[in-house]
Amino acid sequence: MGVAVIGASMTKFGQRDAWIRELLSQAGEECLTDAGVAPDDVEHLYVSNMASGEFEGQTGIMNLLAHDLGVLPAYSERVDQTSSSGGAGIYEAWQSVASGASEMTLLVGGEKMTHKTTGQATDIIASITHPDEYKHGVTLPSFAGMTARHYLERFDAPRESLARVAVKNHRNGVDNPKAQFQKEITMEKALESPIIADPLRLYDFCPITDGSAALMFTTEERAKEITDEYALVSGIGGATDTHVVHERDDPTIMGGVVESSKQAYEMAGLSPDDLDVAELHDMFTILEFLQLEGIGVAEQGTAWELAMDGATAKDGDLPINTSGGLKSKGHPLGASGVAQGVEIYEQLVGEAGPRQVDADTALACNVGGFGNCVITTIMEAAE
Amino acid sequence: MTLDAGICSNGHVSYPTHPLCPECGEPQEETVDLSDRTAEVVTWTHSTATPPGVREPNTLAIVEFDITDLDEASDEFVRALGQVTTDEVETGDTVEPVYVEELRDPEAGIKVPESQDWGGYRWDPV
Repeated sequence: MGVAVIGASMTKFGQRDAWIRELLSQAGEECLTDAGVAPDDVEHLYVSNMASGEFEGQTGIMNLLAHDLGVLPAYSERVDQTSSSGGAGIYEAWQSVASGASEMTLLVGGEKMTHKTTGQATDIIASITHPDEYKHGVTLPSFAGMTARHYLERFDAPRESLARVAVKNHRNGVDNPKAQFQKEITMEKALESPIIADPLRLYDFCPITDGSAALMFTTEERAKEITDEYALVSGIGGATDTHVVHERDDPTIMGGVVESSKQAYEMAGLSPDDLDVAELHDMFTILEFLQLEGIGVAEQGTAWELAMDGATAKDGDLPINTSGGLKSKGHPLGASGVAQGVEIYEQLVGEAGPRQVDADTALACNVGGFGNCVITTIMEAAE
Repeated sequence: MTLDAGICSNGHVSYPTHPLCPECGEPQEETVDLSDRTAEVVTWTHSTATPPGVREPNTLAIVEFDITDLDEASDEFVRALGQVTTDEVETGDTVEPVYVEELRDPEAGIKVPESQDWGGYRWDPV
């Protein structure tokens, strides 16, 4: 059964006064309105969230949201796949409609993080690592630092190429009113910012963010009845790589990206050449290179050249992260994968405003942990 | 103290150990102690934004142990992650494992202290 997306919304990302309950209900309510769907019509509700219990002490958030939105007695479920919870939510929502279990599925992703100190938030996120990694005080940024060093040394890539990713994504974020930072940065600023996990500096990392995003899924048939403007989920794949990061055969290959994108391309009957725009999980600048290589847009060890050439800029051959990416839009864990879906949906239905590019086919790659779990989604504009 | 890697009946070696071999799914019934060996630094970082209870900066390295001399192993090397004893380290350096009783303060982080052990090996450049 063909699965369509007929509505999308996201809250302002950033440091918000709202707690998880309000963030989720705001995005959920706006998505119902955007899709023109009554709460009564929602049959499944998925809530993507990594750690509301650890961050805020609030658990059971699928019940909280289902009741607040008046979608009872819809089936509801919280989806946790760490940083790829949002992508996993897209996978669950797609499955629910594709299988015939639900004709109308609402997906809301959200996270409330900024009330914690950076150290506390880093620790909550680091708790996803293997106990034998955690005891050494490893953090996700430190994995990024080690991987970036290996990549730069092995492929003789210039340090500047990573800064170019940050500069590009901050440039894109200027045009996104929902982004945490709507501010351009210079190469000098990126290259002279404080070291976080060398060779990576502050501007190689996404911020800590509060926010929520939502998507409405239905059958292609029902979508045609409701609206002229919808997108189709034509391909989707999900895969898991080693939990222990150093056990991977090649530190620069994200197996979950390779496998999930292969599944998505096969389902859609498409290849990397068919893509018009993509959202990649730039939690760290180096991840944009690893994903460009993993999804088959660039050969191993060469994606940095695309950043240097401007091929991934908004006016380049394949615009990457027109939303500003996690880097400037922000990264409220459970919301991020859903927000990627919001961006490619808006690009496909022509609602991206100043960020709009010419796109019929779009891909989103959402990475959990340091590539531990990955969901790749391909959407196409309705004919 | 030992730095145990797991080995399965097909000779696949992993650190840390797993109940079933990640490579072939056979049980990892034996272990190999790596603590008397030296290893080579594959990559490293100085982590400055460290969580509560972790030293700052926290220099970390992924190292590779050559195990071609192990008759029972079919793998040629096994990698491990760990803290480095010094902030002065480079890719390609040779290091030896040095045991430390507490790698971070078990009481300061989010995990329940009793849920895991906190001792382990740091890499000391030779």
